[in-house]
Amino acid sequence: MEGALSAAQRPLRHGAYPRRATSPVARVRMVFLALVATLFALPALAEPKFPPLSGRVVDEAQVLSPDVERDLSDKLAALETRTSHQLVVATVSSLQGYPIEDYGYRLGRTWGIGDKDKDDGAILLVAPNDRQVRIEVGYGLEPVLTDALSSVIIQSAILPKFRDGDLSGGVVAGTDALVEQLGLPPEEAKARVADAARPERHEARGSPIVGFLILLFIIFVFSSLFRGRRGGLGSALPWIILSALNNSGRGGGGWGGGGGGGFSGGGGSFGGGGSSGRW
Amino acid sequence: MNSRLVRNAARVALVVAIPATLAGCGINTIPTQDEATKTAWAEVQNQYQRRADLIPNLVATVKGYAAQEKDVLTAVTEARASATQVKVDASTITDPAQFQKFAAAQDQLSGVLGRLMVIQEQYPDLKSNQNFLALQSQLEGTENRITIARRDYNETAQKYNTTLRTFPSLLWAKTLYSDQKPAQLFQASAAAQSAPTVDFSSPPTATPPKVQ
Repeated sequence: MEGALSAAQRPLRHGAYPRRATSPVARVRMVFLALVATLFALPALAEPKFPPLSGRVVDEAQVLSPDVERDLSDKLAALETRTSHQLVVATVSSLQGYPIEDYGYRLGRTWGIGDKDKDDGAILLVAPNDRQVRIEVGYGLEPVLTDALSSVIIQSAILPKFRDGDLSGGVVAGTDALVEQLGLPPEEAKARVADAARPERHEARGSPIVGFLILLFIIFVFSSLFRGRRGGLGSALPWIILSALNNSGRGGGGWGGGGGGGFSGGGGSFGGGGSSGRW
Repeated sequence: MNSRLVRNAARVALVVAIPATLAGCGINTIPTQDEATKTAWAEVQNQYQRRADLIPNLVATVKGYAAQEKDVLTAVTEARASATQVKVDASTITDPAQFQKFAAAQDQLSGVLGRLMVIQEQYPDLKSNQNFLALQSQLEGTENRITIARRDYNETAQKYNTTLRTFPSLLWAKTLYSDQKPAQLFQASAAAQSAPTVDFSSPPTATPPKVQ
């Protein structure tokens, strides 16, 4: 009986043995498969490589002289001080095979140009080697800097100079036109009209009053848990919570800028507004 | 006195710990991502609506210069009508039939709009008309926004669907949120692929760019 059992177990143990022997191989194969899977997954995640946001003027393609670059930076900084809109001029050496519309909005989102809540950023993007130019407009500036207007600026201010080979002049003329448009006073009114036309972007943010009422209710419920215990933590709890809330305040709102070297985007987002041109 | 203090402290700890634990193990993930998907969907609808609003003006302008292109003009008007007739709301996201109907109607409209934008080549007067140029840049911008809105929606919806089907959020999906259905995704449309040059509706990522 015992002999039969052990005989029956033997093949099992034999079966187990080779598996243990190949297990490193299997592991290698698994790692290899995982690597292959990663390779296949990469194109889906692939984003073009963007130059770092080194300032308000990012001249990766080296088409602007230092003087021009400084001039442009000053104008863009002045615009931001006056209107709080962030405008960035970028020249890139390659679009890496992406359509400029595709590259542009991803660049805007990556850099986060414009205020996080207002999305009021814009980019003048020039790709000299691809002979393409684009004005990329953040959500919040779309009503001020419409597609049609961006197209007019590109066609009338930028492209004629580009076609003459004057890249620097085209960039300056385009920037001037953009600064002029973004600095116009009625923009406030227009932006409000547009805000009203985009209801779904506000739905998510609940009314602050409702939030406050809910908060009061929670505090009431929690403090009633401790009631009848005479003073102590119970009566102190609402104040603890309130003061904690007070301290936390409104986090974020990260807004670099302020002029000079330490420029950074405010976290604004882009949704494909603007216009492109080729020459 | 001392033991009461300890008991109170324990209770505070519990009150703080329970929500934190629940949030930590993902009870909020599904509703959060559900809402994000709905927001992305609203943006898609918003951009399609924007295009639908542009079309009457565009058709009127083209008609002024190329009235003989009756076929295309009627086709655009009809496609717009049928696209705007498809009833959509937040529930369309999880209803495959409704979703396909919506996507197909919009793709159909993209196709005929492409044809309309091609005929401009034969009408120099139309091509140089300021009003038409403005409309053209608006249409281009809108098609570009549609592409991005669709892509954003697909990314959000895919994330949401993954959450519904993976551990540990799967546990919540099967219990507390058992009525949540996966969201539908936009496919690159057959109509968009057969449409002539001016067509921005098929997401370029459908043919993945080369690995960097």
